[in-house]
Amino acid sequence: MTIALETVNLEKSFGGLRVTRDLSLKIEAGARHALIGPNGAGKTTVINLLTGVLKPNSGRILLEGNDITGLPVHKRVLRGLSRTFQINQLYPDMTPLETVGLAASEHLGHGSDWWRRMGTRSDVNDAIAENLARFHLLDVMNEPTATLPYGKQRLLEIAVAIATKPRVLLLDEPAAGVPESERHDILSAVASLPRDVTVLLIEHDMDLVFSFADRISVLVAGAMLVEGPPDEVARDPRVKAVYLGEGADV
Amino acid sequence: MTANSTTHPEVGTFAMARAQWRWPEVVFWLTAAGCILLFPNRYLILTEIAWLALFALSLDLILGYAGIVSLGHAAFFGFGGYAAGLLALHGIVTEPVIALVVAGLAAMALGFVTSFLVMRGSDLTRLMVTLGIALLLRELANRFSNITGGSDGLQGIEMAPILGQFSFDIFGKVGFIYCLCVLFVLFLLARRIVHSPFGLSLRAIRNNPLRASAIGIPVNRRLIAIYTIAAFYAGVAGALSTQTTALASLDGFAFDRSADLMLVLIIGGTGYLYGGLIGAVIFKLLQELFSTLTPQYWQFWIGAVLVVIVLIGRDRMHRWAMFLPRLIASKFSRAKTPVVAPESEAP
Repeated sequence: MTIALETVNLEKSFGGLRVTRDLSLKIEAGARHALIGPNGAGKTTVINLLTGVLKPNSGRILLEGNDITGLPVHKRVLRGLSRTFQINQLYPDMTPLETVGLAASEHLGHGSDWWRRMGTRSDVNDAIAENLARFHLLDVMNEPTATLPYGKQRLLEIAVAIATKPRVLLLDEPAAGVPESERHDILSAVASLPRDVTVLLIEHDMDLVFSFADRISVLVAGAMLVEGPPDEVARDPRVKAVYLGEGADV
Repeated sequence: MTANSTTHPEVGTFAMARAQWRWPEVVFWLTAAGCILLFPNRYLILTEIAWLALFALSLDLILGYAGIVSLGHAAFFGFGGYAAGLLALHGIVTEPVIALVVAGLAAMALGFVTSFLVMRGSDLTRLMVTLGIALLLRELANRFSNITGGSDGLQGIEMAPILGQFSFDIFGKVGFIYCLCVLFVLFLLARRIVHSPFGLSLRAIRNNPLRASAIGIPVNRRLIAIYTIAAFYAGVAGALSTQTTALASLDGFAFDRSADLMLVLIIGGTGYLYGGLIGAVIFKLLQELFSTLTPQYWQFWIGAVLVVIVLIGRDRMHRWAMFLPRLIASKFSRAKTPVVAPESEAP
């Protein structure tokens, strides 16, 4: 089996506070891997380290065997590591068409083209149409993002990430804040992500985690507590202790 | 995946819709061209409006599209102005259009070099750095008075005919037409730029740089590119001012000029290309009006207008101003593309 994304002894401190402790994580190619942990476990910091927003104090990050620890955010995206955002980070006054078009243009290498107008390249248009169709956004593609129902915005969030053609996708709480009535759309979109994309899901919602993931890592206080298949993790007394608050010993 | 791999026909149409010419734009440029015939006695102020508009367009490219604030944009204006003056004075490049391009390229080179200083830090740092660069250049121009003429400026510039055909006349007619043509050509180029993938990525960067890089956009490289392009525009504006007045002076670098430019753009509005042009017209007309009414206190009134604009809000004023044109337009064109309503789902 090949490893799509790996961290080796990753360390990050803010001042005296160690928020990521000796984290070694291996995610197999094609996996549906979930990273869970109580509030303050340092999940967001892990995402920021993986995507390059933060630089680790020590340790390495490997994407398909290549060291990407020193690469800036956008280069990691071009190498095939994309993310979605937990809180809405979409462009409110852009349409889904434009937002997905941005990602597709960059991926296809036309991002620095300052001469040809948007919409005149068929490869970009095809990529836009394909992604909008996949996430059921064709009917709203020309509406400003700010006016879309929240569920549609969450779908757009995933569509943008997929438009960068990632090899590894970090999904940061994809269903957070979505009303019950639109929840199903998100879950089915997440479930139908292309199998060749490796997914790391960062999530609070245990129903989603256990229905989606084939492997789970539990992060507590910045360090790996348990890792294994869902049933094993669910049975683990240490995990129960952390989540139920009994004799928190870690 | 295979089902939709053929282009959805609407995608291209919708994507290009933004770049289409609209009738107010056509009216705007026809009016501008009409000024050549309508106001034969006012060529001097019209010329000033034209290069100020170009200068403001330059600021709009970095501020309105890329979100880079600058209080020192006069650095490039002054640099381009002196470059054009020196080229003409020493007979290095006599033909004005070529000299204009060379002066613009000189300012562009300066823009590229200084862009790296502007990339770092917050808006406040950028304000200070740009301001500092302009002040530095002004003092350098003052210090090397053997080249720049110091506080007297470059004098005795004689302009050769444009393209070897059209001599600058004392009424300024040729000068105005020249400036207007340059403004129009560079406007078309700017229009092309902002509707390209590059231009769209600038809007993304201004809105949310972190998100932009998460889409794969090389944020700093794009900012350097647009800052450099904007420096070219500002340099050309400065060169136009030198060529039409046959004078280049330290005023080109002055802080007032950068600050006025910000006013022009705020009056006209940022991020839609016409803001700088409309702002330049309004600013110059107000300046003219107030300086004839109250020669000593015209800046007071400019200030008052600015405060009113901020208080009322430009969106609201825009809506008032566009009420009648919109009403007429909607009467004539009822054929709108049907928009599919989003699926009705309980909120």
